[in-house]
Parts: sequence; C-alpha cells; structure tokens
Amino acid sequence: MVPITTSDRPALAGSVSPSAEPLLRIRNVAKTFGKNVVLRDVSLDIAEGEFLTILGESGSGKTTLLRIVAGFETATAGEVWMGGERLDPFPPYRRRVNTVFQHYALFPHLTVEQNVGYGLRVAELPAEEVAPRVEQALGMVKMTAYAHSKPSTISGGQQQRVALARALINRPRLLLLDEPLSALDANLRRQMQVELKSLQREVGISFVFVTHDQEEAMVMSDRIALLRSGELEQVATPREIYSHPATAYTAQFIGHTNLLRAEVKKGVARFGSISWPVQVPDGRVLFSLRPEKIRLAGASGATTGDAVPFRGTVRHQAFQGATELLQIESPDGVVLSVRIASRREWRGELEFEFSPSDAVPVRDSRERV
Amino acid sequence: MFSRAYKAVVTLPPLLWVTVFLLIPYLLMFCYSFWSVSAEQTIVHAWRLDNYRELLRVGVYWQTLLRSMWIAGRVTLFSLLLGYPLAYYLSFHAGKWKDLLYQLVIIPLWVSYLVRAYAWKTILGSDGVLNTLLQYVHLTKHPLEFLLYSPFAVVLTLTHIYTPFTFLPIYASLEHIPGNLVEASQDLGASPLQTFWRVIVPLSVPGVLAGATFAFVLSLGDFLAPLLLGGPSGIMISNIVVSLFGAAYNWPLGAAIAFVMMVLVVGLLFLSERLEKKWSFS
Repeated sequence: MVPITTSDRPALAGSVSPSAEPLLRIRNVAKTFGKNVVLRDVSLDIAEGEFLTILGESGSGKTTLLRIVAGFETATAGEVWMGGERLDPFPPYRRRVNTVFQHYALFPHLTVEQNVGYGLRVAELPAEEVAPRVEQALGMVKMTAYAHSKPSTISGGQQQRVALARALINRPRLLLLDEPLSALDANLRRQMQVELKSLQREVGISFVFVTHDQEEAMVMSDRIALLRSGELEQVATPREIYSHPATAYTAQFIGHTNLLRAEVKKGVARFGSISWPVQVPDGRVLFSLRPEKIRLAGASGATTGDAVPFRGTVRHQAFQGATELLQIESPDGVVLSVRIASRREWRGELEFEFSPSDAVPVRDSRERV
Repeated sequence: MFSRAYKAVVTLPPLLWVTVFLLIPYLLMFCYSFWSVSAEQTIVHAWRLDNYRELLRVGVYWQTLLRSMWIAGRVTLFSLLLGYPLAYYLSFHAGKWKDLLYQLVIIPLWVSYLVRAYAWKTILGSDGVLNTLLQYVHLTKHPLEFLLYSPFAVVLTLTHIYTPFTFLPIYASLEHIPGNLVEASQDLGASPLQTFWRVIVPLSVPGVLAGATFAFVLSLGDFLAPLLLGGPSGIMISNIVVSLFGAAYNWPLGAAIAFVMMVLVVGLLFLSERLEKKWSFS
C-alpha cells in the first residue's frame, strides 16, 4: 500500500495531521432519538495506526457511534475531531473516512472492478490513474480474477474483500468497519479475522471495528472500548481488559468468570468458607475469578506457597476439546466454574486452589432500567 | 406435493376465463381482419389481405396511428418528468409526510376517468376556468382556442390520468434501493448529485421502464380523451376503430387496425420486459 497522501482530495476534512495528537478524538458525544437515549457522554481517542474495537451488545449504541464518525448521524451533543480539525460539520462525502458496511453494500449494477474504482471515479481522477490503483487494490484482497464479475455472483467472503478494497483504495485516514464479519460462517470468519488484522498492519491505517463478538474483539484489537447502554464501560488492551476487568459487567461480557461477593475485613476476603489475603479496604467487595485460574490442587506442580485451597464436588463436566469446563459446588453450596486441561472424567469431591492475585476486585455494575 | 385434482381445480378456471374472454375474441378479431363487407352490408367470409392493404394505402389510417404514437410518446415523457421527481421526493425526502403524500397521489385513481376528463373540459373551454382567469388578469383579450379540442388537451388530460401509473412503479423501484447503497456512495466521496446519477438512476431503470410502458400503452389505446377533448385535430387511432365498428359498419377493417395495434403493444411489452430483466439486479 502506498502511504497516505492528501493530494488527491485537497478539500477534505481531517487532512491536516499534526504529530503526537490522536488521529480521532470523540469528545462528550451524546445521541438521542426522540426520548430514546442511545449514547450519553462518550469520549474516546483513536491513535494513528491503531486497531480499536467498539464492543457491545445489540442496542449498546456502538453502530450509532460509528455512524456519527462516518457522518450518517449527527450527534445531539459533543464533537468529533480528526487530525486537529472538527469533523462533525462535514457531510460523509467530505470526510477522509471510509466505511465497510455490515452487509457490504456493494453496488449491484456495477462489476467488482467498477465497485472498487467508484471512489476514485467520483473524485474524477484520470482513468490512467484509476486503472492501476484498482488493480493494486484487487490484488491486495486477492480478487483480481473476479474483476469483471457482478457482486451477486461472488460469495459472501469475496464480497467482504471487495468491500474492503473499495474502502481502502481511497486511502482514508480512518477505516470504519460495522460488524463486517457477522454474515460469514464460523470458519471463514476466523480466517477473515486474521486477514483483516494483517491487512491493517500492512496499510497502517487506523481501523475502528464494531462487533458484538468478544472473541473477535480479543483476536484483532490493539484496544477494546466496551460500550454498555450508551456509555463506555472500559477502554483497554485485550489482555488488560481480560485480566483486570474494571467492572463486573466487563468481567462477564469478556470471557466467562466467577463473581464472588466477599466480605473484606482487615486484609482478608471471606467468601463462604473460602478466604484469601487482599489489599482492598474493608467492606463488601465483588471479585472476578476466571474459571481457568482455578486449578486442581497439586495437579500441575504449579502450587505456590500462597495458593488458596478449597474443596468442591463436581456437579457437571463439559468436554470442550482442549479444555474441560467443570461446575463444582463448594461445601457452602456455592457453584463455581472451573476450566482445566482435558484429561479424564472427574467425580466426587476434589481439592481445588487459586492464587489470591487472580481474584480481581471489580466495581459492581451500575444497575439500569 | 399437491394432488392432480387440486391442480386441475386451481388452474382450470383461469385457463377457461382466458380462453373464453381473451383468446377466442382475439382469434375472431384476427379472422375478421381478413374478411370484407359486401354492398348489401353483409360480412363476406373470404380470406384476403385487402384490409391490410387499405391501411397502408389510405393516409388517414397510418397517419392517425403515427399521431397517436406521437401523443402517447409525449404523454409518456411528461408523465415521467412529473412522476420521477415526485417518486424521488417521496422516497428519499418526504420523511413523516410520506404516507400522506402517497395517498394524495393515489386518490385521483379512485375518481372516475370520465369525471376527470370532464373536469378538464370545464377548465380548458372558451368559457372555462382558465380562459376566464387569463382574461380577468388581462393576459389575453380573447379566449385561447387551442386549449380545448386539440392534441394539447388530449396530452394534458392523458398525462394527468396516467402520471400515477408511472409514479407507482418508479416509487416501488426507488423504495427497493437499499439505504446502505446510498450511504456507501456518499461514504466513497460521491456528492448527492453524483449518487443520484451513479446509483439511484441506474437502480430505478426497471421502474422507469415499467412506468413508461404503462403510460405509452394505455394512452396509445385511449379513445375517451380524444373523443371528449380532442376535437377533429386530436383524433386518435382508437376513435377510428370505434367508428369502424359503429357508424361506418366496417368490422373487418376495424379488426385489421386493432390487430396491428395489438401486435405493436405486445411487441412493446415484450421489449420492455426484456430490458427490465437486464436492468434488475436483485
């Protein structure tokens, strides 16, 4: 991919790029549709070359946020800045932002080649410049052989690639992707995740990717912004958000977890008969303990001096290939999920343990109607 | 899946209907077009091409046919010029007024054709609403005579009557354009005008073709508007057919003209359908 130049579309918003500034700044953006509040006070920065995923359930406002950046919706309040310039007063066709739509939105009356060249042709670039760039873009997504096909004659995955080429050929500073993989079957989806990520590294353009699939978010993103009912719940790297979820909602939405509502007194947390040392103030504290952080005592030799032991009876065992998911019941009647490496069937009462540092204190999630 | 008896019960009535009320009459008409009328005013059942020769020989027949096509062509053009912008506005910009405006376009269809034709007579006549108004504001001294009993009156009335028929298929095809295609076009840098010409117009071609076919075919065969508002210069081919089957009592010649028109219309419908298929992408 050729580096981004600003020469071919001189009058576009967001063309000026001062260094060190984030590429995109979303400042206190709110959006209401009538009485329905979709976004409330969202602020988010996106760095140059970053792959940021906006993750959330349906109805969380993630698509609306993306559409505000693209220019298809107007924010009720707040500002969007790009490269030191206000972006939100400009219509979509004046922004150096391109979108890959959920259902690709390829023009059915144009061939693959004409679809990809659309942006350059409406910008009235000379034909001798359009042709090689279209060829290059088609090559980038391995669709050269289908240049003269109509979109209806190629598969979903191929349409996806064409949509990507059609957006990237314009050399946007920011590419928005609205659940682009949701219509693909599981295998193709995993393959496209990898392709998309490596393509992003290759072209070096910032990607803002919207999805409801937390696994997808983890695989691809530099950072994840978790959106819940129109507010950002947490913005962090996949590792950070997984291992140190800020809230109970985050802990449950990203991966599976056990939530332990413990009583903390003088540096000791007590949850039923289980107790472990902590460094949080006294009171009722919610802890997130990932199923894979619980292990069979003495099983792997990983036992450390400070491991917290407890007994549990296996109530249910689900074989999931590489791992087994156990539902165990402690003597106090608390049911916990435990993920261990697959080995054999487990029965009866067993000894389990976890490291105190793996029980992460999380904020109780805000309750909302 | 379905039993034979069920299939027979379902397909037989329409088949019978079409045979009795369409195929047989058309066939009769086709036969008539080769016969002739004797001096004693009886039908002579002799198979000859004389009627078709007559059509080519006597100027008034083919000239009237050409003029009818010219009138139908103008009606088609004006219906499209009115119907397309209306459909476009309703589909993309009417917002909450969409349903109301749609009804307003449709309601005239419920009013009898005759009533609307007579309404134009009242408006366009020499003592009509329009002429009275023009003289009242001193734009004209005498009533404008070309307004009524002229091809102008026929084109105007037919355009008024058939614009909803062109509007409907165009509106339907515009409504079928996925919103995300328009957004994708804007997203790729196309101005609203570029989006209109590069995305909306090509995708509404089937609707335009269907609408144009409606307007052209329906006004080509119209005989009431020319009868009521056309005057001598606004006569159309159907008026000739009507008089040949009536006062002139020359059914064979009337049948020959009707058959030529039918071939013309069927050919047109066939062509329009081919083109519509070529331009539909769903």
